Amino acid sequence: MTTASAPFARRTPVRERLVEAFLLLSAAIGVLTTVGIVVVLLIEAIEFFRLVPLVDYVTGTVWSASIKPFRFGALPLVTGTLLVAGLALTIAIPLGLASGIYLAEYASPRVRMVLKPVLELIAGIPTVVLGFFAINFVSPVLLKSLVPGIGGFSVLAGGIVVGILVTPLIASLSEDALRAVPRSLREGAVAMGATKFEVVRRIVFPAALSGIMASIILAMSRAVGETMAVVLAVGANPQLTVDVRESVQTMTAFIVQISLGDTPAGSIQFKALFAVGATLFLMTLALNLLSDRVVARFRNRY
Amino acid sequence: MAVHVAPGTAVRFEPNLMRRKLAGTIFLGLCLLAVGALLLTLLVLLWDILSRGLPWLDAQFLTGAPSRRTERAGVLPALVGTIEIAVLVALITFPVGVAAAIYLEEYAKDSRLNRLLRTNIANLAGVPSIVYGIFGLALFVRGLGLGSTLIAGALTLSLLILPVLIIASMEALRAVPRAQREAAFALGASRWQVVRGSVLPAAAPGILTGIILAMARAIGETAPLILVGAVTFVTFLPNPVASGYTVLPIQIFQWAGDPRSDFQSLAAAAITVLLVLMVVLNALAILIRARLSRHLAW
Repeated sequence: MTTASAPFARRTPVRERLVEAFLLLSAAIGVLTTVGIVVVLLIEAIEFFRLVPLVDYVTGTVWSASIKPFRFGALPLVTGTLLVAGLALTIAIPLGLASGIYLAEYASPRVRMVLKPVLELIAGIPTVVLGFFAINFVSPVLLKSLVPGIGGFSVLAGGIVVGILVTPLIASLSEDALRAVPRSLREGAVAMGATKFEVVRRIVFPAALSGIMASIILAMSRAVGETMAVVLAVGANPQLTVDVRESVQTMTAFIVQISLGDTPAGSIQFKALFAVGATLFLMTLALNLLSDRVVARFRNRY
Repeated sequence: MAVHVAPGTAVRFEPNLMRRKLAGTIFLGLCLLAVGALLLTLLVLLWDILSRGLPWLDAQFLTGAPSRRTERAGVLPALVGTIEIAVLVALITFPVGVAAAIYLEEYAKDSRLNRLLRTNIANLAGVPSIVYGIFGLALFVRGLGLGSTLIAGALTLSLLILPVLIIASMEALRAVPRAQREAAFALGASRWQVVRGSVLPAAAPGILTGIILAMARAIGETAPLILVGAVTFVTFLPNPVASGYTVLPIQIFQWAGDPRSDFQSLAAAAITVLLVLMVVLNALAILIRARLSRHLAW
């Protein structure tokens, strides 16, 4: 590490600067990626909107990308996506919150040591595996016996598997939020005679609300962007419906469908892929920013 | 202090202690029910996969290529593709990810630019993986002319994994105590010497764990690879720079999409192989952490 020539010789500043420049460049790759994603999506999406007016895309109720006459009204894809994500949250919010509260407030350290890895295990399951679970168990075994007249693909099946997928996210993020509430608050409430449940419900839960809300918004963002599980569970039937027994098509599923087929670059379908991708990117970005905002805005400072 | 009771919901005192305690017991029961439901789901999922997949998992399956005749079908091309992609992703992301983390933790002052870099990385981690696939399609496959090669797939996954690795490495660096750096500075070391000689070795277990977990995440990704052209039916071993490769999740996707029972079983068997790979990687991460951090106690 030292140069032999002079006792106080130091590394030349030039070398230090070179190292720093390389490090900065690496850190900047993130920004370059973001810029790259935005530019790529914008360029091709603008091409698409030259052919299909933006108004038709936003307000159109028929999506027919592969069967003539081609129609590119995005509402069926958007409602399909929101329907699946909404259903997933309906399942994941109670399950995730209750698990998070149990882990943070009730579980002994030993139980937590077992449960946390289990949650991480569920969170780490590749999404295509959950797609298989939907097609192989949830639809043909579970739903067929519970819901009469349901088909092989349905919003319900998609909502269930995506719900399984985002439950650990809500659980672990809300657990973090609950554990960040200082002891003194709990002790104050206990000293005033509150029962354990009253402490959790009246003191800890409200104090952690911002973090919990943020976890739910992030879960929504994950559910909207979820692809493989949805492709296998929900099918490829873009239609405007609120019937959860029906098969629909989500935005992500459309993107997969187009890239699996032999779609020539430059065709309108290929451009539609980028337009739908841009829509998806904007929706998840808005949700992620909202979640940041919620945390910053309503954070309790102790 | 912002803990408050929302207007209109003034807490009325409930004098009956038994009733109050009962409410608590019911609530705890509901929580346990939720945890139980999660565990049950996991068990059903594993049972569904293993009971179908294990009987199909034999030497023939591991060394064969996909075939329309299910009894002769195997996953070798997909398995090799997955391993090659994982290694490539690790090789690509490791230097860049660690360098970025070092910059953000050890060099960056609290300037506007650096705050931007940081929030940007946090936001990138929230971009859906399929959007990375679209970007990879435009940049690597078409823009740089790499075509639908394994290299293009690995580069795309690298971009996806990079934010995860940077965040993990930053946490590892942050866990190194200040005193460690100050001691090195006091001995006259330059900033880079401090980082290289003192901070990095101490943070190595955490960083290595991060990269292995990132690899585990990369081998489970499917959607971006569909976009950049991993093919579903490949009967030969992949060549990194030539077109035509597949990976386990894509193979699973193809088999799972076929409703015939035998193909469902093939999918389950391939899932078993994928899960074993992921478990091995996770165990490796735990092992490395335990090994390397043994003599680094403070």
